[in-house]
Amino acid sequence: MNLQEMSYREALREAMREEMQRDPAVWLLGEDIGVYGGSFKVTLGLLDEFGERRVRETPISESAIIGTAAGSAMTGLRPVAEMMFSDFITLGMDALVNHAAKFRYMSNGQVQIPMVVRLPSGSGTGAGAQHSQSLEAWFCNVPGLKVCAPSTPAQAKGLLKSAIRDNNPVVFIEYKTLYDTRGLVPQEDNYIIPLEESYIERRGSDITVVSWGPALLETIKAVRMLAQEGISCEIINPLTLYPMDMDPIFESVKKTSRLVIVHDSQKTGGVGGEIAARVAENDCFNYLDSPIVRIGGLDTPVPVAENLERQMVPDAGVIADGIYTALGLD
Amino acid sequence: MNLTTEELSQLYYRMLQARHFEETLEDLFHRRVLHGTTHLGIGQEAAGVGAAFAALKQGDLTILTHRGHNETIGLGADLTMLMGEMFGRSGGCSGGKGGSMHFIDLEHGNYGETGVVGGAYPLACGMAFTQQYNETGKAVLCVGGDGSVNEGNFHESLNLASVWKLPVVFFIENNLYSMSTPLEKEMNIINISDRSQSYGIPGITIDGNDVVEVYEIVRKALDYARSGEGPFLIEALTYRQCGHSKSDRQIYRSEQEVENWKKEDPIPRFAEYLIEHGLAEEGDLYRLERRAYEDVKVALAAAKEMPVPNDDSVYTDVYAE
Ligand SMILES: Cc1ncc(C[n+]2csc(CCOP(=O)(O)OP(=O)(O)O)c2C)c(N)n1
Ligand SMILES: [Mg+2]
Repeated sequence: MNLQEMSYREALREAMREEMQRDPAVWLLGEDIGVYGGSFKVTLGLLDEFGERRVRETPISESAIIGTAAGSAMTGLRPVAEMMFSDFITLGMDALVNHAAKFRYMSNGQVQIPMVVRLPSGSGTGAGAQHSQSLEAWFCNVPGLKVCAPSTPAQAKGLLKSAIRDNNPVVFIEYKTLYDTRGLVPQEDNYIIPLEESYIERRGSDITVVSWGPALLETIKAVRMLAQEGISCEIINPLTLYPMDMDPIFESVKKTSRLVIVHDSQKTGGVGGEIAARVAENDCFNYLDSPIVRIGGLDTPVPVAENLERQMVPDAGVIADGIYTALGLD
Repeated sequence: MNLTTEELSQLYYRMLQARHFEETLEDLFHRRVLHGTTHLGIGQEAAGVGAAFAALKQGDLTILTHRGHNETIGLGADLTMLMGEMFGRSGGCSGGKGGSMHFIDLEHGNYGETGVVGGAYPLACGMAFTQQYNETGKAVLCVGGDGSVNEGNFHESLNLASVWKLPVVFFIENNLYSMSTPLEKEMNIINISDRSQSYGIPGITIDGNDVVEVYEIVRKALDYARSGEGPFLIEALTYRQCGHSKSDRQIYRSEQEVENWKKEDPIPRFAEYLIEHGLAEEGDLYRLERRAYEDVKVALAAAKEMPVPNDDSVYTDVYAE
């Protein structure tokens, strides 16, 4: 396999570039996404490459951005819209939730809305409570939307390519603190990661840990630490948070009998609760040897001071403690 | 005028189809035959049908708001399919999943109604963007009400459409009320079309009960948009002769006011115009009215015969393959 090392940011850009080369219906819109390359430089260079016809800078009008994307998707294009910060999707929620997610159903399948909304998400940048949220759980409650959350450069590229090709509105959660992380990314033309397929990041036998986003990287650290103590963890990354491919999680729980779920976004009402509930109402409940452990972000807005902000999201230590708890070792 | 006698007759006929369709719905809701709710366009036929007719003639695309039956019928939708939708039947335009607020008819370029006030504006921008991007030479007609111009979506979308020179006509049916709220409590300006100035686009206020004027202006505005000049804002003054929705007892306005506006009823006005200008004879108009009446009767009977949707269809078309 032809692999190239690159950042998560570059991988996203490469996905957009390749899909724009492949399909003339793909176009980009968002605030300052042209010369400036977007607030996080993800689209840097694409204006030069594809021109103003396909890389469209918008006024600061989030509702118009999402609605325009949806209207163009309804009529045959494949827009990729960027919100400057995920937090600002609040201003585009009507277009996303009431329109993009509904028009197919309300029309009995007569229209489809193939669009992607990219959301730079998460804390860790000191940007404060209005520029640091991970709102993925909101969208996982809206039938008609799909929600993706890649954690590595390879996943970023493979999932974004699938999201652009998908015929539904896809909310694409990107993590700001991952933009600079690097990894090997396949260069094959046909490289994609299918949506709605969970991925087993690491095989193990003692306990199942489900995680994604920056929390996954911390989970991997914790799991490596625990491996030295002889604890074998299986890590599952759903990749698509909604609709979620639960079978690998069910199978894993049946094998390990223990489950920990870790994410950065707020614990209360978080996606982890849904995973826990699904496991509890499935027959794999009978296989559980201990209560399910959920580890999530604090139920507070995101503060700015570094020491406060660091507490927001689980680190490897907190995650290891959770795993000990689930193993009855605390 | 750009309309042939044949087209004028058709316009009259569709206005009557719309009127009878809406009056039939009013009666059905009154008798509690129908499930759900509806927003009828009685009194607004010149605006709705006239504007739709202009879009239809050039193969343009349309997107509508909650009070979108007149436009849908003006675009030539099959009444049986619409009535079936009202009855929640499988043969409805959306298989019973959309209802009165989500009529759709792609065959005639009608991308449907939205039930969220102001929600259509950005969608219209996107639809217009596609026309620009693909150089289709088509324009988009986007219909809204006076209440919707105070939504952020209106502002964002007209501004974006202006900056991007999108081929879209924003057509506001000003029926003087947003539900129970009169215009003067909604905004501090007299003419909604004045807002066009804020976006650097042309705007005009017209007599929305004069179907020929509506048709002519909308056609010109669509041509303007299509020619690459960008969006156009039209405010059509009209009046809703019926309640806002099925259960509106209209306690916010006087019967006298309603009666006065009925004298401005667009349908008799158009009939008079046609006869005065020797474009139709009374007998012709009567026959068109009978035909429209018959159409609705046939649609009603057919809708009642349609099977309800398959139970399993509740699950289908949430996602596309
Ligand atoms: C965002 C939103 N707010 C409120 C409503 C409830 N509502 C439906 S129609 C309507 C009045 C709209 O007035 P206008 O735009 O003038 O249209 P009209 O009903 O007069 O045709 C309201 C408040 C809604 N559907 N959507
Ligand atoms: Mg109104």
